[in-house]
Amino acid sequence: MKIDNESKKESKGKKIVTSFSKAIKSFCSVLPVIIGIILLLGLFKSYISHQMITSVFTGEIFKDTILGSTLGSILAGNPLTSYIIGGELLKEGVSPLAVTAFIVAWVTVGIVQLPAEAAVLGKKFAITRNLLSFLFSMILAIMTFATLRVII
Amino acid sequence: MNIDKKNAKNSKTMYYRFSFLIFVIILYVALFFVNTEKTYDAVNASVDIIIQILPVLILVILIMGVSNYFLKPKTVSKYLGAESGVKGWVIAVFLGILSHGSIYVWYPLLKDLHNHGMRFGLIATFLYNRAVKIPFIPVMIYYFGVAFVVVLTVYMIIISVVEGKLLEMILYLLDRRDISNV
Repeated sequence: MKIDNESKKESKGKKIVTSFSKAIKSFCSVLPVIIGIILLLGLFKSYISHQMITSVFTGEIFKDTILGSTLGSILAGNPLTSYIIGGELLKEGVSPLAVTAFIVAWVTVGIVQLPAEAAVLGKKFAITRNLLSFLFSMILAIMTFATLRVII
Repeated sequence: MNIDKKNAKNSKTMYYRFSFLIFVIILYVALFFVNTEKTYDAVNASVDIIIQILPVLILVILIMGVSNYFLKPKTVSKYLGAESGVKGWVIAVFLGILSHGSIYVWYPLLKDLHNHGMRFGLIATFLYNRAVKIPFIPVMIYYFGVAFVVVLTVYMIIISVVEGKLLEMILYLLDRRDISNV
C-alpha cells in the first residue's frame, strides 16, 4: 500500500516535470519570433513620432476612416499610446470616426505581429483574422457613432 | 513516413521563425548606419518592452505547464471544442477580456490549446476581446467619454463572436477548396 502511494507520488512528480518541460520547450520554439516582434516594436517606438501620425490625416471622413484603420493596423504597442494619440487626433480636428477606427485597429489588427501569428497559428488563420479585424474596425466605428447619435 | 513529414514541417517552421529574427537583426544593422542614435534608442525601447512583458511571459509558461498537467484533450474539446456551444463563446470572451500583456505572448498557449481541441473561432474571439482592457477604461473615459466607451465595449464583444463565427466559415470554405483542388 505504502509502495503504491510512493509510486503514485513519483509518477505525479514526473508528470509535473513533463508538463512544464513541454511548456518551456513549446515556448522556446516561438521565442525567436517573439524577440523579432519586440525588436520591431522598438524600431516603431523610436522612428515614428506622434506628429508623423497626425500629419497623415486629410480631413475627408471616408478617406480618414480607412487611413485610421490602416495606421492602427500597422502601428503597434500599448493601447494607452493609441488612446493618447487618438485624443491628440481629436484635438487636431480629425473625424471621431477615423479616430475610433484607429484605436480599434490598433488593438485588434497586428501587421507587426502577423509573422508570429502565422508561424504559430497558421497562415490562413492569421491572414483571415487580421483581414476580418481590419474590416470590422471600420464597421465598429460606424456602428458606435450611429448608436451615439441616437442615444445622445 | 508520417514522422518524416512532421519532422520536415517542424524544421521548415523553425527555419521560418529564425529567418524572421535574422531579417529584423539585418534591418537593425542597416538602420544603425542610417541613424545610429535612433537605432540605439530602438534597442533601449526593446529592452524596456522585454522588462515590461517578463512577468506575463512567466505567467504564460506557468499557465501552459498547468494546462498541460490538468487539461486533457477531452476536457478542452468539451469546453472550447466543436461541441462547446454558447458556453465556449462565453468562456473565450471572458478569458480574452481577463488576459494581460502583449498579444504575441499568448500565441504558444493558444496553439497548445488548439492542439488539445480548441476551435479556431474561439481563438479569434479570445484575441479580439483582448482589445477590451479593463485597467485602461478610466483613461479611455478621460479621452472619449463614458457613453463612447460603453457603446464601443459592448459592440466589441458582439463583433468578437461574429468574427469568430465568420473566421470558422471562411477557414472551412478554404479547406474545402484545398481538398477539392487535391
